[in-house]
Formats: sequence, structure tokens, C-alpha cells
Amino acid sequence: MSATTTSGTVARSGPATLSRKKESRFGGVYGSWATPYLFLLPYLILFITFVIIPAVFGIWMSLHNWDFLLPGKPFVGLENYTALFDSSSVQFEPFWDSIRATAIFVVASVPFLIVLPLGLAVLLNRKFPGRTFFRATFFAPFVLGVAVIGLMWRYLLDPSFGAVNGLLNAVGLPSVNWITEQPWAWISLVGVTIWWTIGFNAIIYLAGLGDISAEQYEAAELDGASKWQQFRNVTVPGLRPVMIFVITTTILASANMFGQSYLITQGAPGTSTRTAIIEITERGLSQYRMGEAAAMSYVLAVFLGLIAILNFYLLREKK
Amino acid sequence: MTTTPTTNATGSTAVSGDGTATSKRRRGKRQRTHPLFWVGLALLSLVIILPLLYMLLTAFKSVQESQTVPPTFWPGEPSLRAFQTLFFTDADSPVLRWLANSLIAATFHAALVVVICSMAGYALARMEFPFKKTLFGIIIATLFLPPFIFMMPNFEILNAFGWLDTLLAIILPGAAGAFGVFFMRQFFSTFPVALEESARIDGAGPWKTFTSIVLPNSRAALVTLTVLSFLANWNDFVFPIYVLFSPERLTLPVGLSKLQGAYTVDYPVIMAGAALAAIPVLILFVFVQRYVIEGVASSGIKG
Repeated sequence: MSATTTSGTVARSGPATLSRKKESRFGGVYGSWATPYLFLLPYLILFITFVIIPAVFGIWMSLHNWDFLLPGKPFVGLENYTALFDSSSVQFEPFWDSIRATAIFVVASVPFLIVLPLGLAVLLNRKFPGRTFFRATFFAPFVLGVAVIGLMWRYLLDPSFGAVNGLLNAVGLPSVNWITEQPWAWISLVGVTIWWTIGFNAIIYLAGLGDISAEQYEAAELDGASKWQQFRNVTVPGLRPVMIFVITTTILASANMFGQSYLITQGAPGTSTRTAIIEITERGLSQYRMGEAAAMSYVLAVFLGLIAILNFYLLREKK
Repeated sequence: MTTTPTTNATGSTAVSGDGTATSKRRRGKRQRTHPLFWVGLALLSLVIILPLLYMLLTAFKSVQESQTVPPTFWPGEPSLRAFQTLFFTDADSPVLRWLANSLIAATFHAALVVVICSMAGYALARMEFPFKKTLFGIIIATLFLPPFIFMMPNFEILNAFGWLDTLLAIILPGAAGAFGVFFMRQFFSTFPVALEESARIDGAGPWKTFTSIVLPNSRAALVTLTVLSFLANWNDFVFPIYVLFSPERLTLPVGLSKLQGAYTVDYPVIMAGAALAAIPVLILFVFVQRYVIEGVASSGIKG
């Protein structure tokens, strides 16, 4: 790539070479008209192949009875979409069950994923020896990825010989069916997600806390504000932009939940923890009913878009 | 490459380029740490560390011991049986091959992302061309599209190229994401123009300026993007499950999920596999944690 780019720019002679020594015709950097495109080319090839084309091609697929394994992929118009809103269709129940499971997980997990990391960030924002060590420790689970975390917690939460029940028994509490009974299955999945990602949001909050100037706290203290009042009136308003970012990304991340259910509960009990992403990927990439799955993915994307807009609007309005 | 607080404080200021570290320190001086603060911090750390330690210790237990009630913490008779099973006896679970696949995929993915995103980010930050704003707008807009809508069409596209069940299927699509371009473009926008101008006066063309002046002075941003891309690819789970099929083509996370099916009750083997996937990233994280943490932290500020 480097060779082509170099020769491409150098070979371009004539007026461009003449003006080379003096001025910049193209903003900060100097070169021919083709230079920016050559710099962009490698990325744009991938971007067009795996982002732009699929974004359109996916809609096309959703308008067909698209089975990966069959040669014929008959056009069915909006049938894959209308089926999702027709209670007599085959997709109707599994789709809305999975949407409900996703909604439950979002509602149950997001408040904790927003508040607990904030507490951790306030704790870590002090100056104390070993601060970097603790910051890294709380972030560490996140770098492990969902596969490791899922397998580990599946074992720890095992109803008969898991360490979590072992710990409960040791302090005189009864065992709990963490993965085979509701609401425990949801509690497990939310708990594991908190354990896994608490450091991620905490780090984002920490950066936001660092941007609040010390003067604001000093002024509040001079006014006789207590620690809690300082938190309420200096920290929280100062964190507002970061907060909007954290809330939006956390809702979207929770709505994309896949690995925890896939590995820990496997959708059980029943299909209660089978999330929308499990439904879409299993239908499309395992049973190869890709048209139906594509339609589901666009409907889900529209829901998430509406939630993101609503959420943004609500958080903006309060100001 | 140390983890002492001093290095990290300097490192973080260098990357983020604002005065956060100083203001934190100034405010911090007045705060006294209460003994309860340390107790709380220690307990929270144990909640993080103990499960990971338990996972590692289980890998050295026998199947019977891993299922005793009440559970044991330290292995009664430590053995390497689980690792032996994993490495040598099971042809359907070539764990070392999965480890190699994961390393190859994550390395190539990270290298590709850094090269193409720094080039594209530089063009978007420093060059003028028709429809630049539109192009940047389109790239940014795709940041807001949920990743799952690309899965069906990308499966078909990979199939058309004959790349299903190859590492290319997990290296390439992810590299087209907009985050890297956005990240590099934001970084290059803050890069001092004077350096590039002096290079130009010396007669350097755009490519020479980019490779010999801009990139060497962007090490922190490049390392951050490399590390974030490597980790993202190493841990990638949902798409790889469906585009890799053959036992010898899997990456570690995908392979591990298959182990769960094959060794339902042999938890020492499953935990050995999980530990094998965890240890390389934890070691990497110890060395590069400031880049990871700064990269994540800056995403919130910019967003």
C-alpha cells in the first residue's frame, strides 16, 4: 500500500510539483488532488464492503424468503415484517418473547450499571496510594471478554455445587437455583453483567470527575456545603454530559446482551432469558432463515433508535 | 512499561492532553483516607479477584473435587490432568490451535485497523477534498447503527468471497468499524501543524510527512487504538460463533463455548480453558492498562 501511495503522489508532476515548495493547496497537508483519496482508499474499501453494502443489502434480504442453503430466494415483499406483528405467524411469539426478555434485562440492569460504577468512580477519584492498581483491578474483568466470564460464572452459580451457593450455605443461608428458576436467573445475569462491566463505566465517570475543577468544590465548601451537597450540586451537574453518554451506551449495550444468556442460562428457564440477539442470530445464522432474521434485526434497530432519541430528549429537557 | 502510579499519571496527561491529573491531585491532597475506605476497597477487590482465582484453582482439581459440597477453595491434590486433557488427548478441541488462531486474528486485525484508520483519519483531519464533510458524516453516522443489523448481510458477503470458516471472516468486517477512524481523526486534529509545515519546507511529500513526522509523534494514540482493537477482536464472540465451523479454525472464545457442550460436568477442563484464555489478556493488560483505560476514558469525554 505504501509503495503505491508514494509513487502515486510523487509521479504526479507538472503544476503540483511546481507549487510544492511554496503553499498548501489542500489545507494542512500538501499533495495532489488524489492524495486524500489514496489515504482514504484502504479504509473505504473495507467500509464500503462490510458497512455500506450490507446496510442496504440487509434490507433487500429482509424482503425475501432468504434461506442461505436454498438456491431459490423468492421475493416476499414486507411479509417478514408484517409477520412480526401478526399473532398467528410462526415468528410472532419467539420474537416478542425475546424482545420482552431483552426489555426485562435492560430495565433490570441499566440502573445498577449507571449508579454502581458512579459510586466506584467517586471512591477511586480520591488520591491514595495504589490508586492505579485498584483502578486496573476493577477494570480487569472487562478485558476478559464474555466467553471467559460466562463459563466461569456458569460454574460459580451451579445450583448443586457452585461456589456462590457454597458461600451462602457457609453463612447459614439456603441454596438458590441461580440459573434454573426466575427471578434468580435474571438476578444472576444482571449480577454477572455488573461484575463484568463495572470498571468500564467507572473509568468513563472518572474521566468526567477529573474535568470538574477543584475550584468548584472549594467554592461549595466555603459556602458550607456538606459532602453530600457537594456531590448533589457540583459532581452530578458536572457529570451531566458524561452521564448522557453512559446512559445511552449502557442501554444499547444491555439491549445487545447475548453471551451471558448464551453461556450461563442458555435461555432457560424455559425461554425466559432468550434475548433478542440470541433469537436473531439463531434464526438467521443457525437455522439460516436469514430474511426473517434480517427483518427482526431492523425492527429491533428501530426500537433502539427510538429509545436512544427519547432518552437523549429526556436528558436534554431537564436542563 | 511499568505500573507505578507516577508513570501512569504522566502517561495519562500525555494522552488526554488536558490538566485533569493536576486538578485531581490538588483536590486529592486535602482528603484523608478513612480506615473504612480501605476496608471497603479491599472487600470490593476481593469480589473481583476471588472468582478469577477460584477459576484458576479449579483447573488443578479433579472432577470429583470440583463437585464437592461444600466446595473447596485450594485443590486438595493439585493435578495437571485438566490441562493434559485439553492439550493432548482431545482431537476435537485443539486448544493450542485456538490460542494461535486468536493471537493471529487479533494481531492482524489490530495492525490492519491501525494502518487504515490512521491513514483515513489523517486525510479527514488534515486534507481538503470535495464532499469531505459528507464522507465524515456518513462514517460517523454508522457508529450509531447497531452491529446486529450487519450480521445477516455480512454472512452472505463473506460467503461470496469464500471467507466463511477462515480467520478473514473475523479479521476484516470488524476493521470496517468507524470508531478507529473517528479516534485517529480527533487525535490528528489536535496535532501541532507546525511540525508538518517544517517537514513540508524540507521538501517532504504528504506520505513522507505522515510516516516520518506525524506517526512517530502519535505513539500514544496508535498504541491505544492497537490495544483496544486487539482486545475487541480477542474477545469477539457473537459473530465468530456463526462464521467459524471447523474445530481447527475456531478462536478461543468460540472454542470455549464448544468445550462447555463437550465437557458438561468436567469443570476443571472448562476452567482450564477459560484460564488459558484469560491469562494472556491479563498479562497484556498489566503492561498496557494505562492505554486501555485512557482510550475508554476519552470515549466518554468525546461522546
